[in-house]
Amino acid sequence: MIEALVPLLVFLPLIGAVAAFIRERFGHGVALMVLGAGATLTLFHFFTMDHHGWTMNLGGWAAPLGIVWYLDGLSATLMTLTWLLGLAIGMYARTYLAGSTPFWALLLLMMSGMSALFLANDLFNIYVMLEIIGLSAVALVALANKREAVRAAVTYLMVSLGGSILYLAGVAFLYTQYATLDLFLLADRIDGTPLTWVALGLMGVGLLLKSAMFPLHFWLPGAHSNAPAPVSALLSALVVKASFFVVLRLWRDILPAQPDLLAWALGAMGVAAILYGSVQALRTPRLKLLVAYSTVAQLGYLMLLFPLSIQAGYAANAYAGVTFFMVAHGIAKAALFMAAGNLQLHAGHDRLKDLGQAAVALQPTLFAVALAGASIMGLPPSGGFIAKWTLLGVSLGSGQWIWIVVLLGGGLLSVAYIFRVLSLAFQSSTMPRRASGIHPMLQLVPLALGGIAVALGFNPMPIIEAITQAHAAAPQVTP
Amino acid sequence: MSAGWLLIAIIASSAIPAAIIFCLKESSVRLRTTLNLAGAGVKILLVAVLLYGVSQGNSYETRWQLVNDIDLVLHADALSLLFITLSCVLWLVTTVYAIGYLEDSPNRSRFFGFFSLCVCATVGIALAGNLITFLIFYELLTLTTYPLVVHRGTQTALRAGRTYLVYTLGGGALLVAGVAWLKSIAGPLDFTTTGILSSMTHLDPHTLSWIFLLLIVGFGVKAALVPLHGWLPKAMVAPAPVSSLLHAVAVVKAGAFGIVRVVYDVYGIEFAQDLGVLMPLAFVAAVTILYGSVRALFQNEIKPRLAYSTISQVSYIALGAAIAGPLATVGGLVHLVHQGLMKITLFFCAGNFAETLQVHKVGELDGIGRRMPMTMAAFTLAALGMIGVPPIAGFVSKWYLGLGAMDAANPWVIWVLVGSSALNAMYFLPLIYRGWWKQPQLANWRENIPAQRFETHWMLLIPPLVTAGLALAAGLFAGAQFSPLEWAQFIARLEYR
Amino acid sequence: MTAYLVLAVVMIGLSGTALVLRRHPMIKLLAVNLMGIGIFLWLIAGAHTAQVTDSVPHALVLTGIVVAVSATAFGLALLVKQKELEQAGEGDD
Repeated sequence: MIEALVPLLVFLPLIGAVAAFIRERFGHGVALMVLGAGATLTLFHFFTMDHHGWTMNLGGWAAPLGIVWYLDGLSATLMTLTWLLGLAIGMYARTYLAGSTPFWALLLLMMSGMSALFLANDLFNIYVMLEIIGLSAVALVALANKREAVRAAVTYLMVSLGGSILYLAGVAFLYTQYATLDLFLLADRIDGTPLTWVALGLMGVGLLLKSAMFPLHFWLPGAHSNAPAPVSALLSALVVKASFFVVLRLWRDILPAQPDLLAWALGAMGVAAILYGSVQALRTPRLKLLVAYSTVAQLGYLMLLFPLSIQAGYAANAYAGVTFFMVAHGIAKAALFMAAGNLQLHAGHDRLKDLGQAAVALQPTLFAVALAGASIMGLPPSGGFIAKWTLLGVSLGSGQWIWIVVLLGGGLLSVAYIFRVLSLAFQSSTMPRRASGIHPMLQLVPLALGGIAVALGFNPMPIIEAITQAHAAAPQVTP
Repeated sequence: MSAGWLLIAIIASSAIPAAIIFCLKESSVRLRTTLNLAGAGVKILLVAVLLYGVSQGNSYETRWQLVNDIDLVLHADALSLLFITLSCVLWLVTTVYAIGYLEDSPNRSRFFGFFSLCVCATVGIALAGNLITFLIFYELLTLTTYPLVVHRGTQTALRAGRTYLVYTLGGGALLVAGVAWLKSIAGPLDFTTTGILSSMTHLDPHTLSWIFLLLIVGFGVKAALVPLHGWLPKAMVAPAPVSSLLHAVAVVKAGAFGIVRVVYDVYGIEFAQDLGVLMPLAFVAAVTILYGSVRALFQNEIKPRLAYSTISQVSYIALGAAIAGPLATVGGLVHLVHQGLMKITLFFCAGNFAETLQVHKVGELDGIGRRMPMTMAAFTLAALGMIGVPPIAGFVSKWYLGLGAMDAANPWVIWVLVGSSALNAMYFLPLIYRGWWKQPQLANWRENIPAQRFETHWMLLIPPLVTAGLALAAGLFAGAQFSPLEWAQFIARLEYR
Repeated sequence: MTAYLVLAVVMIGLSGTALVLRRHPMIKLLAVNLMGIGIFLWLIAGAHTAQVTDSVPHALVLTGIVVAVSATAFGLALLVKQKELEQAGEGDD
């Protein structure tokens, strides 16, 4: 029954985007209504649906001609995350970006693109959605209207277009061989010809470029740190994960084989990302850059999926752990960027060493950093801990000891950079405590998100079960 | 399964005040004080109910499923009661002390909020019914004590806080690895009085030894086993009530308690002995005992001297756990309580000297017994107890440890005890001598607080007197029912069933 | 027909090289466009290799052209904005 409402997740924000574009003044009203409705719908749907996978032929046309939508536990989890965070970011942006701004139209356009991306089950549809998401993300970065921001936006645009076009080239190479774009049909037909691997390689590089996976991360710190705070939150928490979701789908559903060497190489890339991102986050003098580099590092954990999922019997848990990681990181990272935005708003800059007074004045914000930070650090009992615990279990069970060191060592590195922020609150300052001058809403939203990031650790089963069920139903790559 | 709510209520009795205190304004002193004391009082009442219930043979447990095969378990057994009773009594005392100590200093809402959360974590550690739950509260303890350590906000404090985090979270990571490993080979890890693993004969002893190492190193950081003790002397920058709580109840005890749990309730003492992992642990504990004492000798300031003394004294607990045999077990467990009572007294007194007269160095103590006789009396009592003079509590612990060592045919331990006691005497007796018999050097003292009816603020004076009295009583009435000794013997009977 | 496929690959390769190596955003934008055209060429040529002409690639190419045109328009607008801001910035300095 409720499945009939799923198309609304794509069309409602699309209509809303047009409305918000035409009447910019009412943008926030329209957007918040759409976001509220979408968040309610996805949440309700997540808890009632069957996570084994559900197919819908759009307009009654079946594959290969028609567009087919597919929703399973994996995509539903990310869909729900997207809408809930979208709503939270909307509520934050309502206060942060006062006045009339194209933000709302772009936000809704992006929500529409993300929803359609999570639903898509054919390669070309995914391409179109990637472009929609990419272009609206670039426009959102350029909203800051400062020189650095626009410069970062131009770099981001080139990366985004380049990534999509590489992906499209791969799609074209696959189509001429197998004459289908549908993921499931492709899963049946695909075999390991050299051209197929070239195609998959192009798609993979394009997508990892968009996901800012080290060493293709170069554009992320600039774009994410120069954007306005709600935009940074949106990009770091959701956008990079959208393209990674496509990588996940390709790896899970259509790869002709999962070669050990490739899996380990991707895992090694992840380790490099964790190390590089953490070290940069430790060194940078700016708060927003610190948070952005933390994203570079945290994305590295997602790459552990590849080596961990090639062991028979552990794949489902590996997907569950990585997806849970995406959810926990998304929520925590949104909270961190909002908190950084508050500190910047209060102090007028984001130089870490001069933020002491702002940190003392904005105690709820710092508390939000502490809660979200606990999840990022993977301390129990938080969402981040459950994710890492699940991955630890897989590493131990499948005998891949090296990832244990990575998971725990990476956690310690994140402790070091998170406490660069937290220790600000404890610096003694002789200056009198100023009133915060920050709207309570701006502090409430990150605080609530931080709370959710920790609370996830107390009730992780719905998500883990959803992913496990989705994995059981997905087409299996035969090794 | 009866009355699991009681356990949750015990944790909530400090978590709820903490949450409210965080939201309070700096100026609402009375409400904050009321909340603090009410929380501590309610907790003592609840623990009393629990004690009565357990002694009547009721069992208390509550579970919350986390992931498929992991439950959060709160569970009250004899061992947890030993620890929880200690912490809730000392919390009340320390709260009174802290209110007096921090009068008119900034950021008190933050301080007392984290203070309550810290006790919440300690109580959670006491009640944890499996390693995962233990781990959760153990990490929570790290996070909630950090703000207390860096409370003063100076550069030194922040640096000490960083060291503290590096050590404790590093240890925490090893602990996670150990717990995850153990879980992956042995399944869920509910504590049982005879050990979980002793019944699983199919497990590779080699692997189990490695896991034991990971767990002990993880707990050893907080228990300040040499060479993992580096954070502790630095953490002395914290305000006196924090040092007292950290040293007597919360942090180091959590580590020691973790070691006790692993040895008795995860591995089982006999099984651990068969594995051959206890001897190295006993050796490390012995080295720590001597090392801490020697370092304490060379400290010119009072608080660092006490800090090294803590390193030394806490390892008695690990030593007791590492020697197989019921007598050593009793000695180690009872020291968990006795060391807490004596050490908190010493820190309260040191805090009083510093707060009242700005006395920080050993040399400045000369003649202080004339100016602050009651504080000095409490200090003397606790110091003598530490040395092991009968009939004070410390004597009982050492006596049983010594008996246990003889019993287990480990005579070298006796020499460690003798050596350590001699060293204790060498670093404590000079303080006592200076305090009572040397001429006061008035120039060293700077009266810091307005003249009082007593030698110092009454809220600073009462707590050390109470804890010193308890330390004396624990020794004098060691044979009475519900005395720490009697309770430790009860636990030992369960462990060696 | 094979010639078209080869041409497509050459176009994709050349424009891909330019996309990575050339620094100027304008050239990068053109490279992306050229690469798109190469891909479309590949798709259309590939559609013809089958016995019956496949209509799906034509639909894809049409959609692809629409996406490429709008992306290019947006890119150009962004570049113009950057230019304006840079010039305004030079005035400030």
